Amino acid sequence: MNTQYQTGATQVTATLAGYNFGFLDEQTKRMLRRAILKAVAIPGYQVPFGSREMPLPYGWGTGGMQVTAAVIGAKDVLKVIDQGADDTTNAVSIRRFFVRMTNVATTEKTREATLIQTRHRVPETPLSEGQILVYQVPIPEPLRWLEPRETETRKMHALSEYGVMHVKLYEDIAQHGHISTAYDYPVLVNGRYLMRCSPIPKFDTPKLHMNAALQLFGAGREKRIYAVPPYTEVKPLDFEDHPFEIERWPEDCALCGAHDSFLDEVILDDKGGRMFVCSDTDYCGERREAGHTGRMSAPYKDEAAE
Amino acid sequence: MNLDQTPLLSVETLNKSFGRQMACRDVSFELWPGEVLGIVGESGSGKSTLLNAIAGRLTVDSGKVLYRAGDDRIVDLASASEAQRRHLMRTEWGFVQQHARDGLRMTFSAGANIGERLMALGDKHYGTLRDTALDWLQAVEIAPERIDDLPRTFSGGMQQRLQIARNLVTRPRIVLMDEPTGGLDVSVQARLLDLIRRLVQEHNVACIVVTHDLGVARLLAHRLMVMRRGQVVEAGLTDQLLDDPQHAYTQLLVSSVLSV
Repeated sequence: MNTQYQTGATQVTATLAGYNFGFLDEQTKRMLRRAILKAVAIPGYQVPFGSREMPLPYGWGTGGMQVTAAVIGAKDVLKVIDQGADDTTNAVSIRRFFVRMTNVATTEKTREATLIQTRHRVPETPLSEGQILVYQVPIPEPLRWLEPRETETRKMHALSEYGVMHVKLYEDIAQHGHISTAYDYPVLVNGRYLMRCSPIPKFDTPKLHMNAALQLFGAGREKRIYAVPPYTEVKPLDFEDHPFEIERWPEDCALCGAHDSFLDEVILDDKGGRMFVCSDTDYCGERREAGHTGRMSAPYKDEAAE
Repeated sequence: MNLDQTPLLSVETLNKSFGRQMACRDVSFELWPGEVLGIVGESGSGKSTLLNAIAGRLTVDSGKVLYRAGDDRIVDLASASEAQRRHLMRTEWGFVQQHARDGLRMTFSAGANIGERLMALGDKHYGTLRDTALDWLQAVEIAPERIDDLPRTFSGGMQQRLQIARNLVTRPRIVLMDEPTGGLDVSVQARLLDLIRRLVQEHNVACIVVTHDLGVARLLAHRLMVMRRGQVVEAGLTDQLLDDPQHAYTQLLVSSVLSV
C-alpha cells in the first residue's frame, strides 16, 4: 500500500499490502530526515533520533536500515554489502527486505548504485557525486571505552577535549610498537568533531576524506545518526613520529591480482596453505572480467562455466 | 619565592550548603605564589567541600574564587564558564586525590597517565611524550622500566607518586591535595612527604593541602587554616599556630596528637 505522501515515486509500485513505502511510516521518515539534515549540517556530530523497532535484531543493521528507509526513493538503485560482499546473509536479507518494501531496482555494481548500505567496508571503486553511502554503526561514541559516562562524553565533544583519544593510541604504541587499532579508527571530521567511522578496516579510513558521495551513519540501538557530507575533511588521529598507516599484505589478490584493495586471508588446508582475495567481491569480479588474473585464478570463462 | 604583590588565589566569603547543612560558611583566604597552605580539621568540618568548591567540582552558593591566571588576568572560577574552568584545571591547576585510583586512569600504563595532560594540550610526538614520562618517573622515584606497567600493579605509595607526576607534568601553578598521605603506612608517608616538599620547592607551585594529620600539616604547610563546622576558626603561620593555639578547638586538636 502506497500513500499519496510518497516522495519521488513516478509509478505506484507494488509493495507488500499493508506496508508503507520503505517500511517506516511517513512521520517516522520525516523525523529521520530532520535528524539527517542536522547531521549533514554539523559534520561528525551525533544527532539523537527516535530509533524504531525493525524486523531484525539490534546489531544486524537496524540503524543503517532506518537511514536507508528515510532516504530511499522509487527511482533509487540499491546496493547492499556486508564485509565487502554482496552475497552474504546480512546483505542478501537487507536487500530483499528493501525490494519487498519499496520495489526499487538493485545492483551489485558500485558504479550503478545510487544508494549503498554497507557493513564493515567502503567499496574499492571510488564513489561519485550523487551517491549515498549508508553505514551500519554498532557504537557511535568514539570515547565510549575511555569514558563510560554519556554526560561526560557529550561535554568532551562540546569542548573538543579529545586528548584522551591520543592516550589510547599512545598505549597502542607502548604495548605493540605501532598503532594497533586496526578498525573503527578514530578520525577528526572537518577539524572539529571526533568520529567513529563504524567498524571499517583502517584501510578504508582514507576513503572517507574528501569523498564525493554523501556518507550517512546510523546506529539503531544507540539511537544516533551522524554524517560526513561530500568533500569534507576527515583526518585520522596519529602521532608525528608514528603517522597513520594502512594495512599491507604479503601477496596480491589470488584471483584478480589487485594490490590496491583490502584482502581477506582464506585458509585452504591444514598444512599452512592460504590465499588472499579481495574482500570487495564486485571490485574483484570487475577486474577479472576486464582480464586481470591472479596467482590462483582459472581463466575467467572456465570459472563461469563451472 | 615569587615576590608578586597580588595573591595567586583569593577566596572571598565562600558559602556552600547541602540542604540545611552548611558545609562552608563565609570562608575567605588568600594563597600566594609558591606558598603551601594547610587546611586541618576533623572529619566533616568542610575541608574537602572547600577544596572541591575551589576546584570547581562543586557549584558554590555565593562568594568568589578569584584566580590570577598565567596571563595575569583575574578569573572568578565560581562564575567562569565550564570550558574555561576545565581548561585551567588541565593546565595551570592540579588535583591530587586521596585515593590514587580516582585520579589515575587505571586501565592505562604509567607512561600514558603521565602523558595525558600533555596530549590534551596538543602534544602529538610519541618520542618526546615518552622522554617526558621517563623524566617524571625518575623525579617521583619510580623505576623507569615500569613505564609500561598498569598502575594496578603499583603499590599504594607508588600510585600516589604517579598521581603527583601526572599532575605536575604541565607545570601547574596551583596543586590541590586532598589527604595525599591518607591510607599509607608511616614510612611510605614520610617518603611521600619528603618528595612533595622537594617538588613543591623545585617547581615553585602553590599548594592547598587538606589533611587531618597535624604532623603532615607541620611538615608541608607554611600556613595553616583550622576549620570546624564549615567555618575557619583560626589561621596563621604553621609553627605559631601549632605551638601557641589560641582557639579552644585548635588547642583540643593539638593536644589530641599522640606523641611517641
